[in-house]
Amino acid sequence: MGQLKYVLKRLLLMFFTLFVIVAICFVMIRLLPQEMPQEKNLQEAIKLRWEALGYNKPMIVQFGIYLKNIFTKWDFGTSWYVEKMTPAMDLIIGKLLPTVLVNLYSLLLSIPIGIAAGVLAAVKKNKWQDHVISTGVMLFVSIPSYVYAFIVQYLLFFKLGWFDSPTVLSLADAGGSWFTPAMLKSMIMPVIALSFGSIAGLCRFTRAELTETLTSDYMLLARTKGLTRAQATTRHALKNAMVPILPMIISSFIGILGGSMIIEQIFSIPGVGQLYIKAVRLLDYDVFMADSIFYTFVSLLAGIVVDISYGFIDPRIRMGER
Amino acid sequence: MSKAKLDLNAIPREKFEFANKGERLSDQKFEDKPISYFKDAWLRFRRNKASIGAAIIIICIILFSVMAPLFTMGKYDSKFMDPYYAKMGPRNLLLSKIGVAEGTVERKYNDRSYLLALAIGVGADGYDGNTVAISDATEKYMPIKKLLGVNAKSDPIMGDSYSITAEVDTYLNVGFIYRPIEQQEFEKIRAWEEETGIHVLYPLIDTESKYYPKDLDPKGINANYWYRANKKLHPLDERGKKIEYSEGTDFSDVTFTDNYLRDENGDLVYWKYTGGGTLETAQYNVRVLYYNWYLYQNGFEPEYLFGTDSQGYDLALRMAIGIRLSLLVAVFVSVINFVLGAIYGAIEGYYGGTVDIVLERVSDILAGIPFVVVSTLFQLHLAKKVGPIPSLLFAFVVTGWIGTASRVRTQFYRFKNQEYVMAARTLGARDRRIIWKHIFPNSLGTIITSSALVIPSVIFSESMLSFLGIVNLGGSSMTSLGTLLSDASSIWTTYPHLMIFPAIVISLLMISFNLFGNGLRDAFNPSLRGVED
Repeated sequence: MGQLKYVLKRLLLMFFTLFVIVAICFVMIRLLPQEMPQEKNLQEAIKLRWEALGYNKPMIVQFGIYLKNIFTKWDFGTSWYVEKMTPAMDLIIGKLLPTVLVNLYSLLLSIPIGIAAGVLAAVKKNKWQDHVISTGVMLFVSIPSYVYAFIVQYLLFFKLGWFDSPTVLSLADAGGSWFTPAMLKSMIMPVIALSFGSIAGLCRFTRAELTETLTSDYMLLARTKGLTRAQATTRHALKNAMVPILPMIISSFIGILGGSMIIEQIFSIPGVGQLYIKAVRLLDYDVFMADSIFYTFVSLLAGIVVDISYGFIDPRIRMGER
Repeated sequence: MSKAKLDLNAIPREKFEFANKGERLSDQKFEDKPISYFKDAWLRFRRNKASIGAAIIIICIILFSVMAPLFTMGKYDSKFMDPYYAKMGPRNLLLSKIGVAEGTVERKYNDRSYLLALAIGVGADGYDGNTVAISDATEKYMPIKKLLGVNAKSDPIMGDSYSITAEVDTYLNVGFIYRPIEQQEFEKIRAWEEETGIHVLYPLIDTESKYYPKDLDPKGINANYWYRANKKLHPLDERGKKIEYSEGTDFSDVTFTDNYLRDENGDLVYWKYTGGGTLETAQYNVRVLYYNWYLYQNGFEPEYLFGTDSQGYDLALRMAIGIRLSLLVAVFVSVINFVLGAIYGAIEGYYGGTVDIVLERVSDILAGIPFVVVSTLFQLHLAKKVGPIPSLLFAFVVTGWIGTASRVRTQFYRFKNQEYVMAARTLGARDRRIIWKHIFPNSLGTIITSSALVIPSVIFSESMLSFLGIVNLGGSSMTSLGTLLSDASSIWTTYPHLMIFPAIVISLLMISFNLFGNGLRDAFNPSLRGVED
């Protein structure tokens, strides 16, 4: 019961935060100078639409209309420049699949490697395995992802020539689906570039948590009971170390919705991040607004899931209590 | 002990007696000097070799960013740019003697473009006309430094063709260009040529003759086609016959015949009158060897240790500017972070309850807006008024301190219910005293650490935003490492140095600041031993 109340409270708070952020973004974006496009037809359409959205009314009324449209018609505004006259949310949802796929592959690749490397480093603490892994982690965590992207492109595309193009194929080239083998193959490079960082992050986290549990008192007790080191590690230390690791993994699954703008830009993946950059560059405010809401929602959700799952995994923990 | 015998609450008064009556009790003085918190941290930090190494690297990078202008020996500053020498590779005359930074790249040619490159070197030497063999040309102006390999392909329809790999000096490869100059300038160049014995002015090309490759350059703009050639740029001999290359040739026996413009007397023509009335204002078109023209104009030979960027600025100076920008922004944010984060986090963590909930909502809301969105909004609103960099700083100020605040808050939650705090409170200490005197020192290490660790993340965010073009520094004299990388991102496969140097610098910065921050963290928090992130 307490758990449910806690979850509800957190959800409520999240939506409150989201609401305030949406309001701030709405006002900030609406205050920006709007320019009319050259095209006559488009001008007419925009004028009509702005009329319906109450652009000549006070800001608060505009915001009301905006919210009403979202709740009643799921209408987050219209894209005028990125793709003419397309509902902004449709545009985002359409771009979601490539983003999710690339990040999902990367996550599926990094979780086992990251945790395995972290466990190895923790078990062999201060031995050469640990030193090698820790040095690697330090490098991979620090070096920015776009540098990997270039290294990966250089090695795999230019030097070894394993791929036909340095970027991800367009939908048409890959046979009209995101799941064809050609598409899968062309996604390998961005997936690798993305994975370096997340493998290193996960490895570091796992190592830190596991070294802490390995030195705790119950491990000593377990050993005195007669368990071998391997048994004690797998049955006691690993389980306890998973308490903070699992929420992190769960939240990164939500985080894949957000994706990585820079990787999408370098490998020209037609995803949400690229859409954001395009919308900002073309000053397509409705798309920018919808994309901002989307990003905010994803990051808030990821945060709250961490806190809630902490509670589920280890009921002793309640984040945000006095 | 049985309960009946001893009632602890009812021990008779007279049974108590002082343990040390009449003696004055005081703590014994330490024989050693006390070690302060910071000294202790410093001692521990000093033992951490990686962090010391990182600190040295950081100092080196800072020195580079400050001293880079000195490396140019005052020859030019960061505003110096030369459009003809854009995207050029690293070149240093001193280092080139030991085979480093020669300004050379490996390039693939077909036979005609290879001969054109050779012809530039030959033409720079044989300016007085007539036929010149490639083997006669000196090294000095020869763009082709080394022939790496020739692949002959024979095709029954297209004829023989060659694919040639060679090491080429990109600076010399620019070759000749046409320049409009005034009479005075013309005489100055003549005087300079006399004085130094270096040729700047070269004979004009007869673009009207049948030996000029009109198909390739109908308007006669390219100043490098100085030799007799057919329409497809195959060199011709004196009788106008195409020179055939044979299998296994290294092209050294090819002889060029010049196609210079000559007047009625058969003398070479060096200038063409293009306009202007008086002696001073008369305009001439001349053909100059760009390498020597550069020398004439600037007084030094072109050498850029890190090459030049996509516009022709010295890459080392541009990088120095970028590093300075990154570091200044990062340090600024770090300081703000330190002050705001500490106060905010302390209040939140100590009071808890409603205060915490309200303040946490505020910081949640600020932290909830993704940083890209915050900085985009600031850029869109403010970039035109106050410039892109102040707008970026505002964005960092709005959200930068939240991380530190939440760390401080956690520390306060951890320590505020500990026994010693309770003891202090029991003894009547005020909130302010408890916060700053008793709990805050515990979080000082965290704050310093997170202020240090904020630096790499700011550097990363800044470079990412300028890479994505959200922070647009174009048009201003500022640049950032991200901008340099984004300029390079489409052309770096041909000009790798544009990518390699900024990427190395930013990676080094990130690695060393992270190591440095980790060292600080371990030094300030021995109990954590690298556990906390």
